[in-house]
Amino acid sequence: MNLFTVSMLAAAVDAESQSNPILNISIFIAFVGITLFIVIRASRNNASAADYYAGGRSFTGPQNGFAITGDYLSAASFLGIVGAIAINGYDGFLYSIGFLVAWLVALLLVAELMRNTGKFTMADVLSFRLKQRPVRMAAALTTLAVCFFYLLAQMAGAGGLVSLLLGIDDKVGQSIVVAIVGGLMILYVLIGGMKGTTWVQIVKAFLLVGAAIAMAIWVLILNGFDLSRVLQSAVDNSVATPAEAILAPGLKYGTNPLDFISLSLALVLGTAGLPHVLMRFYTVPTAKEARRSVVWAIWLIGGFYILTLVLGYGAAALVGSATILDAPGGVNSAAPLLALELGGPLLLGFVSAIAFATILAVVAGLTITAAASFAHDIYSNVIKKGKGDPDAEVKIARRTVVVIGVLAVAGGIGVQGQNIAFLVALAFAVAASANLPTILYSLYWKRFNTRGAVWSMVGGLSAAILLIVFSPVMSGTPTSMLGEGVDFALFPLQNPGIVSIPLGFALGWLGTVTSSRTEDPDLAAEMDVRSLTGHGAEAATEH
Amino acid sequence: MSDESFPTKKVSSPPGETATAPPTRTGLDYQAEEKNPTFIELKRRHRSFVFPLTVFFLVWYFAYVILAAYAHDFMATPVFGVINVGLLLGFGQFITTFIITMTYVSFANRRLDPLAAELRADLEAKESAA
Repeated sequence: MNLFTVSMLAAAVDAESQSNPILNISIFIAFVGITLFIVIRASRNNASAADYYAGGRSFTGPQNGFAITGDYLSAASFLGIVGAIAINGYDGFLYSIGFLVAWLVALLLVAELMRNTGKFTMADVLSFRLKQRPVRMAAALTTLAVCFFYLLAQMAGAGGLVSLLLGIDDKVGQSIVVAIVGGLMILYVLIGGMKGTTWVQIVKAFLLVGAAIAMAIWVLILNGFDLSRVLQSAVDNSVATPAEAILAPGLKYGTNPLDFISLSLALVLGTAGLPHVLMRFYTVPTAKEARRSVVWAIWLIGGFYILTLVLGYGAAALVGSATILDAPGGVNSAAPLLALELGGPLLLGFVSAIAFATILAVVAGLTITAAASFAHDIYSNVIKKGKGDPDAEVKIARRTVVVIGVLAVAGGIGVQGQNIAFLVALAFAVAASANLPTILYSLYWKRFNTRGAVWSMVGGLSAAILLIVFSPVMSGTPTSMLGEGVDFALFPLQNPGIVSIPLGFALGWLGTVTSSRTEDPDLAAEMDVRSLTGHGAEAATEH
Repeated sequence: MSDESFPTKKVSSPPGETATAPPTRTGLDYQAEEKNPTFIELKRRHRSFVFPLTVFFLVWYFAYVILAAYAHDFMATPVFGVINVGLLLGFGQFITTFIITMTYVSFANRRLDPLAAELRADLEAKESAA
């Protein structure tokens, strides 16, 4: 066993020297060049707010389905989940299932009605029939919070990836790379707006799903198209005790099942509350196209997650979990190491470029969402009380992009080394606690009113963030952000969802029933009729 | 596709608190439209389809999650070779997700879209008459 481990480690060192930084960088630069060209071409008609925020509402369902896939399959899905399956086996797979089933909430309850009622942001729908300023302000706040958590996760992924590819282990080198990713993202979003961002996401989704299919088929060929053989050799090469434990749940969450339930709740209810996902529904001309885009997204995302199972266990089988844990980048390096094992430095370079592309596309989507929310909700509707000039609004949005980019780089440098899938799970918890209750109540509960909306959003957001601060994530354990030395972890779970999500729903109900304010019945009726018929929904702009 | 868009806010917004509310277009009494039998039927069809389906997939998902959290030995029971109950139930989640998706799409295309289109045409006609 010892001898085996030693030889595995030797292989890892060897593998690292095989990784060719110049090759990796050239493939990445080629990707940036091609996407930048697409972005510049796509940006020719970015005159109006509908163009800048919603790509002129001119994308088709399948195009938007690919873009949603590109927006959703973040570094967490690709690097995080493959790594989690390679190390923790079945418990990593549970992430995939939660991330996929969540799309049914979006498909059945949210997507079409959102498309029919809103224009640019989530707050458009939530404030439709309620008092504008407090509801918009609260919705913009939760939008910015979710985007920020999600951005941090992606930035952590960028740093981890580069340490593997370029052999840069030191903090300064990783920080420079995070800054480059941030700079590129700002460039894409400034020039391309939603149209450019969407095309980057479409290209990335093609590349990512294509690479996953190719690698999964490769793994299966090596094992005679026998999934059992992949699983068996994953067990043989696992460092888990007992090794068979990777085929059943419990390895990661066995000691704290409640934490796992909390995580699952956040995953399944978070997706339909993610502002950058919701905003994608505005880029298609009709509710029917919004439905088609979700259907495409479900097939693409579902197919991809099935492949993560093959890739994760394949990485455990072919690379070995000891090697993965030992590599720079740790758990997140499972997918790139599998690529190296399969196709040598060239495939590693290609897969790493795709992982970078993934991060770029997702951060671009998050940034334009956050910028739109700040400019459209906070600046135009709260500060200027709806009398803001649309041109000035787009100008503000562009400036916000730069500010968010700088913040994301600073934050991203701070969170290096954190597990990506886990950071994303926190973003989902905030989205499920703060956004989803208000979205569902506004669409389906006629009595819902302003106080309910504000209590639910502000309460859900604060509860989720406070519980994270007082959780073992922040302090008390060796893997905490502040380390073992400080310990103020009063809340025992890593994920706040099991408390904060029911609280968000409860506060929405409580605020509504205790408020005597009657909302405008005309607006309520208008929202009801428009949400289901699509009457008055802004159509695609012609160019 | 009609080429209609919201009138600009500056023109149509009433002053004060509701200044930024999506503009209510003139000539349409939405409260009356809400009582239109076709609309009531559309709303009924939509809700009576999506609510039970949502309850179903959430119950099935959480049943799976609770089994994965507390019934490790059951999930580890081998079925054939190294494939165990847990893996099969996991694949089951994928399959039900795909089935529900296709079922909903077929339902929406057949039972919801025609009613919505009819109501939309009706509303547009009323609006241009007003």
